[in-house]
Amino acid sequence: MRVSLKWLRDYVDITAPHQELAERLTMAGLAVEAVESPGEGIEKVYTGKILQISPHPNADRLTICRVTLGQGEDLDIVTGAANVREGHVVPVAVEGARLAGGLVIKKSKLRGVESRGMLCSGQELGLDTSVMPPDQAHGIMLLDPSTPLGLDIKGVIGLDDTILELELTPNRGDCLSMVGVAREVASLLGERLRLPDTSAEGSGRGIEGLARVDIDDPGLCSRYVARLFRNVKIGPSPGWMQDRLRAAGIRPISNLVDISNYVMIELGQPLHAFDYDTLKDGHIIVRRAGKGEKMVTLDGSERNLSEDMLVIADPGGPVAIAGVMGGLATEVTEKTVNVLLESAHFNPVSIRRTSRVLGLRSEASLRFEKGVDPVTCLKAADRAARLLLEIGAGEVAPGAGDNYPVKGAPKTIVLRPGRVEHVLGVEVPGQETVSILKSLEFTVNDSGGDLLVSVPSHRQDVSLEEDLIEEIARMHGYNRIPYTLPSGSGTMGARTPRQSLEVAVKDFMTSLGLNETVTYSFTAPATLDRAGLPPDSPLRNVLRLQNPLSEEQSIMRTLLIPGLLEVLQRNASRRATDLGLFEIGRVFLPTGAGQLPVEKQVLAAAAMGSAPSGWNRAAQPHDFYYMKGVLEALLDRFGLRGCSFVREAGHSLFHPGKAARVTAGETVIGVIGEIHPDVLENYNLPQSAAAMEVDFEALAELSGRPRKYRPLPKFPGIERDLSLVVKKDIPARDITRTIRKHGGQYLQEVRLFDIYHGGQVPAGCQSMAFSLKFQAGDRTLTDQEVNGWMAKMSEALAGQFGAGLRS
Amino acid sequence: MEQKLQYIQARAMEEMSGAGSLEDLNEVRIRYLGKKGELTGVLRGMAALSSEERPRIGQAANRVRAEIEARLEERMSQLKDSLREKKLSAETIDITLPGTVFSTGKLHPLTAVTRQIEDIFLGLGFSIAEGPEVEMDYYNFEALNLPKEHPARDMQDTFFITPEILLRTHTSPVQVRTMERTAPALPVKIIAPGKVYRRDDDATHSPMFHQIEGLVVDKRITFADLRGVLQVFAEKMFGSETRTRFRPSYFPFTEPSAEVDISCGMCGGEGCRVCSRTGWLEILGCGMVHPRVLEMSGYNSSEVTGFAFGMGVERITMLKYNLDDMRLLFDNDVRFLAQF
Ligand SMILES: [Zn+2]
Repeated sequence: MRVSLKWLRDYVDITAPHQELAERLTMAGLAVEAVESPGEGIEKVYTGKILQISPHPNADRLTICRVTLGQGEDLDIVTGAANVREGHVVPVAVEGARLAGGLVIKKSKLRGVESRGMLCSGQELGLDTSVMPPDQAHGIMLLDPSTPLGLDIKGVIGLDDTILELELTPNRGDCLSMVGVAREVASLLGERLRLPDTSAEGSGRGIEGLARVDIDDPGLCSRYVARLFRNVKIGPSPGWMQDRLRAAGIRPISNLVDISNYVMIELGQPLHAFDYDTLKDGHIIVRRAGKGEKMVTLDGSERNLSEDMLVIADPGGPVAIAGVMGGLATEVTEKTVNVLLESAHFNPVSIRRTSRVLGLRSEASLRFEKGVDPVTCLKAADRAARLLLEIGAGEVAPGAGDNYPVKGAPKTIVLRPGRVEHVLGVEVPGQETVSILKSLEFTVNDSGGDLLVSVPSHRQDVSLEEDLIEEIARMHGYNRIPYTLPSGSGTMGARTPRQSLEVAVKDFMTSLGLNETVTYSFTAPATLDRAGLPPDSPLRNVLRLQNPLSEEQSIMRTLLIPGLLEVLQRNASRRATDLGLFEIGRVFLPTGAGQLPVEKQVLAAAAMGSAPSGWNRAAQPHDFYYMKGVLEALLDRFGLRGCSFVREAGHSLFHPGKAARVTAGETVIGVIGEIHPDVLENYNLPQSAAAMEVDFEALAELSGRPRKYRPLPKFPGIERDLSLVVKKDIPARDITRTIRKHGGQYLQEVRLFDIYHGGQVPAGCQSMAFSLKFQAGDRTLTDQEVNGWMAKMSEALAGQFGAGLRS
Repeated sequence: MEQKLQYIQARAMEEMSGAGSLEDLNEVRIRYLGKKGELTGVLRGMAALSSEERPRIGQAANRVRAEIEARLEERMSQLKDSLREKKLSAETIDITLPGTVFSTGKLHPLTAVTRQIEDIFLGLGFSIAEGPEVEMDYYNFEALNLPKEHPARDMQDTFFITPEILLRTHTSPVQVRTMERTAPALPVKIIAPGKVYRRDDDATHSPMFHQIEGLVVDKRITFADLRGVLQVFAEKMFGSETRTRFRPSYFPFTEPSAEVDISCGMCGGEGCRVCSRTGWLEILGCGMVHPRVLEMSGYNSSEVTGFAFGMGVERITMLKYNLDDMRLLFDNDVRFLAQF
């Protein structure tokens, strides 16, 4: 809402400086986003009359205008504008003038002819062309011919003004009007509010018998006021009205439209004008549209109406979509003689729905949606009539057609002074409470104890005691309320074990060298293909957004890894090809129609290339074993026991020979592996990469298991190395199992510390070296005992795997 | 005889001083004190002396031997010290070479800031609640006093899955879920961090972003308490000099409602580019929980009151690190991530 202070002063005296006023409005809940001073910097531009126009001797497109400022000598000014005629009154910038944007006018020669100034367009004076009449937007601004000459232009076209740009909250529809804002200002400054003159008795035959209003659906239209204007002369509205509309950001069009808009801005009530003579029988019927009914709206398009839309009709059919847009057939044109003016109250929800369905939002529908004041309907119609008479644009028929089927009684609220203190935590003196409410036009019945407060009709947002408390608080001043801390039952603040684990896991992952990412929860359907998911993959069962911003963000992810691969790709395109990432986030797994999905928190990591070498260390490839090491370190760090790795050859994201499922007992809780070459290609990754994705909630469950202390060994252990030559395809885990099985009860540790190919090791085989540790809790073991176990072990290994011992 | 002893001593002393290594020194020792050494020879020759001379010469010889031995030990330790010194000096390394690389990753700035905010409220006795990101219309809107067709729904452009299921547009539904779960027990004192979604995408909006919601419900909770808690938060988060300013605002689920500004840390409130010359930075919205919301969630609004607040983590992160483009937070460029 743009508020011209010049205009606002019609309704309230303002003594405070602009900045202070803006500050006080902001602190009362009417946020002032900007303060504009449109005329600032414009100097020495005056009203002048064009006496004579003569051709330029050297240029076809230029003319020489002789201009008088009413006094002093006449000025010859060269102009390229085509819209000026002798007798026009226009803004004249004289030598030394300053225009909008800082342009300074000097005496100059144009194609050999001296020009002693410049005729100005609206734009050159800082006006927004979008709010200028089309014929003036690009030419010299034409002023009312009766304008006195030699006046400072700023006062003439309303540039000696200050505009407050208000950012209103949706509940304050009442402040979408000058009077509404003035009411707040009056309350804040302790001034009196002056309402505009609405007396317009009219002359000639009364409206009765000429127009009739029927409301079929009072639920959607609680009041409809019609007034009748006769013998209207359609033409431009007076300059003062145009200036004010422009200041409000509305383009002046013609006197009748301008009056409607002026009243809408002034009182907040949208009006609509019909060409009375096009209405059948002067009979207005407010009803729902019939099924399949159509009408052509003002913009020339045919609209399909539905039964939940409210229309204004005459006996012949719809003539307007109520509150949203008028009909072409009943539009006021230059030929219009008689006008029926509508001032009505429509159901906000209905208007909102209709304007959304039709894609038509306007200043009027905006106000109806927020709820206009039904009491104002008649005043607004009268105000329009008054203005019509004032500017001499027509006659007004006495009386109004006022159909007001639903008269809401004023709301009454009980306000308990104790409650104010209870909610705000500060005692606002009773006297102040009453005077705040009264200044906002609430009626207060103060009989000592509780207050009986009735709500003025323009404050439809106020219906509860708390709403009144807010009014008191904002006018008293939020920042005068003290700072306290909640009393009462104390609470311990703590993270849950899972939340703590999340914190610790993130810290741990970063300590391993991985950077945390945050990627979008939505992704492109193509992601599923890029990840190579087979058609029957359950991960293809995704939630789809009905109204995504783009195809790229139209489904909810079922996997985190693809998001990380995209990040790897983006970084690779910026030449960062050796890196590791992780993220803890949710995946969304649909359950059934109408049901919320399962949201599972998962931990994912991805790494590409290798951890860079140092001058004293070799590069460490980000391969399967790296990623497995990360996960194993994590499991170990958080005491998550009972996870194992099972070969996974069928997961489309991973290399079939370099991937595993992570299981906890019987349950699969994750996958890990090197990215499949096809997927690398799909993501355009320049190097191989490894990734994992683990159900974080399953990890958290494992970590919840209690840990118990085991006594430290008191007796020394015996360490032995065991080197075997075995076929390459025998999994290390099988060998370890056999070692453990035959190593006796005191075998505490089996650690694979070397794998060797080549040399004397036969082809297809590898040498594996284990370090074993035997230890008993109650005594020192003997070499002989250990030799016995080693022998059994070797025998079993030889038998099972054909393993040969190396010494 | 005695002269010879003196002569041996003098020579031995001289040779020991001249020995440059432990090996040389050992040779000297053998030459004089060894089985065939010169001093040993003298002692052996004592048999030929008279019984008067023998003790005297014997004493002298023993004295010489002791002196040589003492000197020998002294020289030995001198040589050892100088050897160690040489060895250590030969082992000198270039301490300006970089250390062994332990690459460390960084927490995402949003995580770092969220954690900082969480820790402040944990310290104030709040616990952390969570809720679904895909939410029912009921929890996201209706139970928050935003019935269908409420004009304030326009403030939050929503992604829908079905007409009744949507991506939550704020963390406020966690308020409702928490109250439903807790009612009628008291107090409720939670914050709810999490992802939220709105149909917006430019330099200052992201279709996915993060909020932290706060909710306190108890028998005597006041607007003054809300002011106190948020003032403490602002000081802990932005520095003890920070002031707060509460502006009346509107949210359907709170009444009264406010927006909170903090004094601009860049200019100290004088006005600068960051704060658009106002001296203030808007950081959150808050208010007293609307009685209808309390009632719908199972509390008797005449017996309990509450306050709620909600802040955008991106906004605070951008202020804290002086970022000008929100999209950087979701681009995950490692050169960016490594800075935090
Ligand atoms: Zn600043």
